[in-house]
Amino acid sequence: MNLTASEPAWPDQLFAVLKAADIRQVGYVPDAGHARLIERCAADPAIRHVVLTTEEEGVALAAGAWLGGQRSALLMQSSGVGNCINMLSLIKSCRFPLVLIVTMRGEGAEFNPWQVAMGSMVEPTLRLADVHCYRLDHAEDVADVAAGAIDVAFNGELAIALLLSQRLIGRKVWVK
Amino acid sequence: MLERRKAIATLLAQRPDDLVIVSGLGSTTYDVASVGDDDRNFYLWGAMGGAAMVGLGVALAQPQRRVAVITGDGETLMGLGALATVAVQKPANLAIVVFDNGLYGETGSQASHTRGTVDLTKVATACGIGFTMEVHDEAGLARLAELLRNFTQTLFVRVAIAPNEPPRVLPTRDGVALKLRFRNAVGCRVG
Repeated sequence: MNLTASEPAWPDQLFAVLKAADIRQVGYVPDAGHARLIERCAADPAIRHVVLTTEEEGVALAAGAWLGGQRSALLMQSSGVGNCINMLSLIKSCRFPLVLIVTMRGEGAEFNPWQVAMGSMVEPTLRLADVHCYRLDHAEDVADVAAGAIDVAFNGELAIALLLSQRLIGRKVWVK
Repeated sequence: MLERRKAIATLLAQRPDDLVIVSGLGSTTYDVASVGDDDRNFYLWGAMGGAAMVGLGVALAQPQRRVAVITGDGETLMGLGALATVAVQKPANLAIVVFDNGLYGETGSQASHTRGTVDLTKVATACGIGFTMEVHDEAGLARLAELLRNFTQTLFVRVAIAPNEPPRVLPTRDGVALKLRFRNAVGCRVG
């Protein structure tokens, strides 16, 4: 599932940001847009990568990680945000820090119309759950915005989401 | 079948210092609180289906401690995938203990799937959790109490409890307070 002919550099920058922030647990449901970042996390012995059956597991994992004194991040596709909603009440009720990194679908260049319904709800639902959203459209913004947002999460015990737009990620290639 | 309050009292009578507990919302939170409030208890008052995963996060972050998730059949059924996720991670310091009465006590005692066709111990075994156990009597409880002091691989235990509903013992519902005191108890920086 190649997204582009050559791998973009921003997933590696994002990985460097996670390392600099001392992220020690990374939960994820496999996703094409996150393939490179997942690969980097899985290859790092200092990061525990936890494959999930559904994204809400990762929200609970993040709460547990913080209870035990570790920082975590949770990677998902936009459809996964919908799977998290009730579990986000755990984050809000206890004021746990939370870092969501969301690859957007259902925006421009979307072949699959079934992705549009949830994609269009991501930002409003996250805002209702008190998750601060940072939208990323340009590769050159990724590292700075991500580092700042992650600081917001752990310094203030707040929930943040980095929304990696479809414009940033590129068009999914359906015909191989 | 075992009476739930007697069962939890037996399990935690000689609780070691290094055992932390995550309890599932509803009856198991009241059960754990009934033995005596403790800073090492993280009681869930919501997040149904999340107890095992909260426990996994703690277990991975605190490998020098043992973590017991004590929850109910309904809470486990809502997050069944977590058993698969936990099994794949193989945390040596995580025990999942399910008090199974086959019903939803909080909502009017409607039957759960474990009263129907679902066998949670077989589910855990099928997921690949290495050590699973069924507890039906005092001897089994005593064995489990001992295991909670010294287990060295992921544990899944189903405790068959009677469908009685003892008076509620309500710990604080302040999530921030529960978080801060737990982190303080396990040596994390607070504030």
